[in-house]
Amino acid sequence: MKDSPPLYLQNVSLSFGSVEVLRDISLSVARREFVAIIGPSGCGKSTLLNVLSGDSQPTSGTIARHGRMRMVYQQDGLFPWQTVAENISLGLRTLADEAKRAQQVAELVELIRLRGFENHYPHQLSGGMRQRVELARALAGDSDMLLMDEPFSSLDYLTRLRLRGDLARLLDERPRTVVLVTHDIEEAAQLADRVLVLTDRPARIRNEISITAPRPRQLADGSVVTAVRQILAELDMEVPSEITR
Amino acid sequence: MKRAALLPYCVAAAMVVVWYFVSKTGLFPPSAFPSPGAVARAFIQEAASGRLFNDVVSSLFRVSCGFLSAIALGIPLGIWMGQILSARIAFLPITNFFRNLSPLAWIPFAILWFGVGDLASIFLIFLSVFFPIVLAAMAAVAGIPAVYFRVARSYGLRRFEKLTQVTLPAIMPQVITALRVTAGVAWLVVVAAEMIAGRDGLGFAVMDSRNGLRTDILVVEMIVIGVIGVLIDRVLVQLTAIPSVRWGYER
Repeated sequence: MKDSPPLYLQNVSLSFGSVEVLRDISLSVARREFVAIIGPSGCGKSTLLNVLSGDSQPTSGTIARHGRMRMVYQQDGLFPWQTVAENISLGLRTLADEAKRAQQVAELVELIRLRGFENHYPHQLSGGMRQRVELARALAGDSDMLLMDEPFSSLDYLTRLRLRGDLARLLDERPRTVVLVTHDIEEAAQLADRVLVLTDRPARIRNEISITAPRPRQLADGSVVTAVRQILAELDMEVPSEITR
Repeated sequence: MKRAALLPYCVAAAMVVVWYFVSKTGLFPPSAFPSPGAVARAFIQEAASGRLFNDVVSSLFRVSCGFLSAIALGIPLGIWMGQILSARIAFLPITNFFRNLSPLAWIPFAILWFGVGDLASIFLIFLSVFFPIVLAAMAAVAGIPAVYFRVARSYGLRRFEKLTQVTLPAIMPQVITALRVTAGVAWLVVVAAEMIAGRDGLGFAVMDSRNGLRTDILVVEMIVIGVIGVLIDRVLVQLTAIPSVRWGYER
């Protein structure tokens, strides 16, 4: 079991009635790998993520998952009736020892730099702070894999950059297998080991771009810029001549 | 106290002054328009005799019984209807029917079934609270964003935990609002119910004062009814100060 990939899809297709959304998608995500899935809007990215999480069943094909999987949502995935500490504790439910749980919550709060906000409720926090709590909750305990659905898309640009840096740092401290669905090309290029570019609906994997430079990376790193160019070319948004070098 | 906080008291005082002068003009005979002084004397007399206190206790007892039994049954039923589509399809039309049928129309049957006394009034209050609270709880449950249940599943919450940690806290703000509205309705209904189906209570006292042409006492009772209605809402509004429901009122 240890060697089997945390997430494995073979020839997965999905149709809603006569509408074909996903066609013949095969994918194997390695342990601790960061895979970004990018594609034009409405191409079926979120449907793919729902299939990965088990919220939707594919029409055909097989899926195998190993380990505990957690979702990180675009916004408002936190329970508004729970404090920051209570929300994070949700990720530590399997930990029976109260004291240990409190200590872990404190560590995570420290990690997302929200000390002093433990007893605040989500509506009392800014969007960026809320999303950091989401990350802490997803990273709490012994989760193995994060599925992220455009986690920063509701934030303003500068906050988004900062959160991206936070995510890279958090994953450095607490490594996880990550599948990130996004339409943010920079985000994919800066964070991922591998970027899957999807076609228009029905979504197929159009191409795969590997980024071998070590993580965490800076936004202006050469490897990130090159990857952005490659992704843009795959999406037919930049002429290929510019990337020949 | 800020100056603005005194304004409501100024308005009340001004109304008493206007009332005093209108009663002085002799536009209406004193029996049809008692003066503030006559009402104040009637208040002292009624309070001293203990009758007013008894009527207040009787009315509050009936409202409490009807209101509490209606929410104890109505909230679970509403949650059930909110969660199960076929239950909603089956029971929503009939619930809407009874919700729009004035509870006062039930007064004849209330008397025939339960006689004149506590039970008839409690039954009427139950009807006035039960159907609105079922609908409010149902709508609140049906409106819970699906993302919360996905999170619950993603973090391995079990069925019962989903109820206590997601469904109930998610509907609390709307349920509290519904409690405030229905408590107001219940207080209106108890007065009407006691007028016809009571042997004591504030509604009966109003009818009794009318029959005895004691309009001074009638005004005392009207004031007490209004003040208690306001106090009931003041008590229930405290529920909105609970930290875990604040989110529902600050968006």
